[in-house]
Amino acid sequence: MREQLERIRLQAANELQGVEGTEALQDWRVRYLGKKGELTQILRGMGAVPAEERPAMGALVNEVRAAIEFMLEEKSRQLKEKEKQARLASEAIDITLPGQVALVGSKHPLTLVIDEIKQIFLGMGYEIAEGPEVETDYYNFEALNLPQDHPARDMQDSFYITPDILLRTHTSPVQIRAMERIRPQLPVKVICPGRVFRRDDDATHSPMFHQVEGLVVDKNITFGDLRGTLLTFARQMFGPEREIRLRPSFFPFTEPSAEVDISCGCGGSGCRVCKGTGWLEILGSGMVHPNVLKYGGYNPSEVTGFAFGMGVERIAMLKYGIDDMRLLYENDMRFLSQF
Amino acid sequence: MRVSLEWLGEYVNPGMEAADLGEKLTRSGIAVENILRRDARLDQVVVGHIDVIEKHPEADRLWVCSVNTGDRQYTVVTGAQNVRQGHKVPVALPGAKLPKGVEIGEAAFRGIKSSGMLCSAEELALEEKTISPEDREGILILDKDAQVGQPIAQALGLDVPILELELTPNRADCLAVINVAREVSAITGQPLQLPDVKVVEKGEGRTEEQVKVTIEDSDLCGRYAARLFTNLRPGPSPLWMQRRLQAAGMRPINNIVDITNYVMLEMNHPLHAFDYHTVKDGHIVVRRARTGEKLVTLDGQERELNSENLVIADPEKAIALAGVMGGLETEITEKTTTILLEAAHFYPASVRRTARQVGLRSEASQRFEKGVNINTVKLAMDRAAELVAQLGVADVVPGYVDNYLRPTEPVKVPFRASRINALLGTTIKPEQMEDIFQRLQFPVQWEAATEGEQRDAGIVVAPTYRPDIQGEHDLAEEVARLYGYDRIPTTLPQGKTTVGQRTWPQTVREKIIDALVGSGFREVVTFSFINPRHLDRLAIPAEDHLRQVIPVQNPLSEEQGILRPTIIPGLLELAARNASRRIPDLAIFELGGTFLPKALPLKELPDEAWKVSALVMGAAPVHWSGKPQPYDFYFLKGIVEKLLSALKIKGVTWSRETELSYLHPGRAARLQITQDGMVFDLGYMGEVHPDVREAYDLAARPVVMELDLSALTLLARAKGDYRPLHRFPSTDRDMAMVLPVAVPAGQVEAVIAEVGGNLLERWRLFDVYQGNQISAGFRSLAYTLRYQAPDRTLTDEEVNHAHESIKTALMERLGAQFR
Repeated sequence: MREQLERIRLQAANELQGVEGTEALQDWRVRYLGKKGELTQILRGMGAVPAEERPAMGALVNEVRAAIEFMLEEKSRQLKEKEKQARLASEAIDITLPGQVALVGSKHPLTLVIDEIKQIFLGMGYEIAEGPEVETDYYNFEALNLPQDHPARDMQDSFYITPDILLRTHTSPVQIRAMERIRPQLPVKVICPGRVFRRDDDATHSPMFHQVEGLVVDKNITFGDLRGTLLTFARQMFGPEREIRLRPSFFPFTEPSAEVDISCGCGGSGCRVCKGTGWLEILGSGMVHPNVLKYGGYNPSEVTGFAFGMGVERIAMLKYGIDDMRLLYENDMRFLSQF
Repeated sequence: MRVSLEWLGEYVNPGMEAADLGEKLTRSGIAVENILRRDARLDQVVVGHIDVIEKHPEADRLWVCSVNTGDRQYTVVTGAQNVRQGHKVPVALPGAKLPKGVEIGEAAFRGIKSSGMLCSAEELALEEKTISPEDREGILILDKDAQVGQPIAQALGLDVPILELELTPNRADCLAVINVAREVSAITGQPLQLPDVKVVEKGEGRTEEQVKVTIEDSDLCGRYAARLFTNLRPGPSPLWMQRRLQAAGMRPINNIVDITNYVMLEMNHPLHAFDYHTVKDGHIVVRRARTGEKLVTLDGQERELNSENLVIADPEKAIALAGVMGGLETEITEKTTTILLEAAHFYPASVRRTARQVGLRSEASQRFEKGVNINTVKLAMDRAAELVAQLGVADVVPGYVDNYLRPTEPVKVPFRASRINALLGTTIKPEQMEDIFQRLQFPVQWEAATEGEQRDAGIVVAPTYRPDIQGEHDLAEEVARLYGYDRIPTTLPQGKTTVGQRTWPQTVREKIIDALVGSGFREVVTFSFINPRHLDRLAIPAEDHLRQVIPVQNPLSEEQGILRPTIIPGLLELAARNASRRIPDLAIFELGGTFLPKALPLKELPDEAWKVSALVMGAAPVHWSGKPQPYDFYFLKGIVEKLLSALKIKGVTWSRETELSYLHPGRAARLQITQDGMVFDLGYMGEVHPDVREAYDLAARPVVMELDLSALTLLARAKGDYRPLHRFPSTDRDMAMVLPVAVPAGQVEAVIAEVGGNLLERWRLFDVYQGNQISAGFRSLAYTLRYQAPDRTLTDEEVNHAHESIKTALMERLGAQFR
């Protein structure tokens, strides 16, 4: 009987080596551990074993059973692992096929630029003011120190609705509207983005375009403050290495006035964008004219201010390297999808 | 404005190269756009003398010239027919490369070797406007005094750099060469030498006896002066004068015209010469034109005038449009012997209006419009008289007439150095400011300083050629620009800290843009004005309020004809444009103003209603594994619902929209909210009407929406309502019902919501079926309903009861059948 048990153990071990798959393992289990299995048969034959040998024999049977069960467990684990590996292998996909198409939208590049400008000035404590696109002559011209017959009116050819109502030619009227709203409080610190309109339509002019106006009115505002503010803006917008340059100029609503150039990204080595000058004209600015402060409801002997205005299209073109302004209004999806 | 450095040099020596001077001028406020060189590529072209000219033996139309260039003799064959023996002409020597790229070598013309080429004005790239029509024909024949062998650039005075100034409207004074010289002197510190005008008069009689000037409308003409020149000896003006005029871009005509143009450029005073004998009684009357009065101007056109126009007249009739153009009848002709020279000041706005009205913007009118110095009218007249006598053009009759009715005094501008510094943020000393004013030739008077203090207050007397200097701020600019804008310190505003923030409407707009961009929409920007034909394409009926649009009075084209009453046509046009470029799938939106008048014609500003409008067309991008998601009504409705949810707007009712002509009447909805008994209209969405689709030539079926931003802003909320999470389990129950197709799902859901009450946590439609298993005209709707209570686990009985109540209500109220 002892020999029989040893043989069973050996035989089970040998057979197990040839077992592949869970079904064959099941058969193997039944063969050795099942009700009609060999080990069970031996247990049944225990009655024939002399009483004094029984405990030793019982222990041996149990040992063999434990060994076979251990083999079973081990084999079962191996088989499961193998099957899992096979399943994983069979589930492999082509990871180079395109992904599910997500719906991707985009902001218009002009909005992106305006957003960026807004963000910079919000960070400096400015509020965002707005005004109508259809304006009165008073706000668009007169209150900005541009009386009837002023030759500077020729600088801006206007679309008229009536003799006194027109499409605003610049965002500057919002200066007056902002001052009227905020007075007599100080400071006034606003930027005003928006659409403006001029009777020009060619490769470099669109009858509608965008500007962002800026206005600060407070006690003790200086030309130096204007310079510092614009330098801060230019560096945030275009990069910390940029410089600005102010050139005397003329706007009816500022005095002194300045055109502002920003150093070109080419570092002055000369490129097509700056035409080799190293400088790019980006905005007009100046100290608010005393007459404009008066129209806005402030006393020019008590407060001073500065104002600036920039063309959004120009900045967008510089920033993104767009060479034809008309692309901004064609709204071709192949163009818009790049922003 | 063009100023040659040669002319400028007569008054001031800048002491630096043209490029440096240009930079300095630009940086101090007179923008130099360009430094014009007219002598580029002319280095191998010289003055040649035609020693001999003979017909080419083999060719009828060719000439063989023996040309002497001083040190050498060249044989040149030319086809030009205007060259004669003894002429001096420009010769391009072999090796020359002319401005237009032609390279000159040696070539044989029918057996005769030609070395070099005789040049025309065009081949030298001379400016057409500065050359007389005769000189533009054939080879340019040079002045007989031209120096043989001299480089042509020198001979023609082309070797001087020319500053091209772009003047701002406040610096019209620099339309005068002498004022540019003042500016150069101020910025370089170099001494200024202005012409010292001395008139040499000759002959009997006096101008005052022969000329009478009556200014009737002194509001439009503050000063009118005149002189007489007799024994006119017409002829060309001297070369130096011609060269200066050409450098300025003008064409020399004859001595008297050239002198008036020369003085105009030099002093910015347009002058006008009348044939004295055509002016009746020698009596000049300056008056408004009579309505309907006619005048034939120099260009031969008859002009009908009105009382807005100022004319120069004699006692009988108008003889010139003041400051704009002379009359044909009083023009200088070959017969003219005596000239009446006018020097005057006309009111800028009047000249401007007249010039615009008659469509004539002459050099003179543009200068009067920008303003000339009333105080130097007589000086300019005398300068012309000086030149007339000096150049022997005519005899200057002794005396003159000068009616100066509205004398203009120089403006006295009080200032404080401390306030100028406060405005600029600088610490410029009063002495430095004084130096700047002196360089500008602005007289300064200081108030005596208090003991131990610096001088501070003073008065600057602004010369009348600088009418832009009105106040202290103007002086501040003068100080700043001559001190140097670059030397002004860089600071930031001090003072109260402010918080930068968006207003609520701005925040709402950004939320909308974010929601749409996040849903795959691309933002577009279209114009605020549109072509009025869009209204027809949208099939808007004649009486519809959308036809009440605001017309633009002076559009460049129909494209700017009206202000848009809606953004939809702009989007449709874009859809068509993209479709034609084979981009058939679109999801686009725009945020912007629309314009509706309160009354027409406009008495006050219109309502600018901001809208968010969107258009979808085609289908979403397709993945290889799946079916395309069509961009249809339900897609866009989902987007609208997402938008409303992003803005935390609840309780929107969707009703059928059948009024809008451009929407499919069966596939359009209007969105409204009733709150506190008030109905708010949020806008509409729907599929575009097939007729409109056709009008825009669109094959696909676009779906559009337009929502009103002010309503959205009013109803939007910054935060949603938080409700504690339910802790007790929920129970889901389905129901499927069959209903007539005409019963909208919205009604079903209204009943579900109402009857379900508090226990009904939410419901969701999961199937809509119409087809074989259901009778025609009916459809099946299937919902999952979730029941839940905040304070307990619901029992089966409770849930069954609630579910059955809903079913019963649906059966009773809507005729729903349950299976």
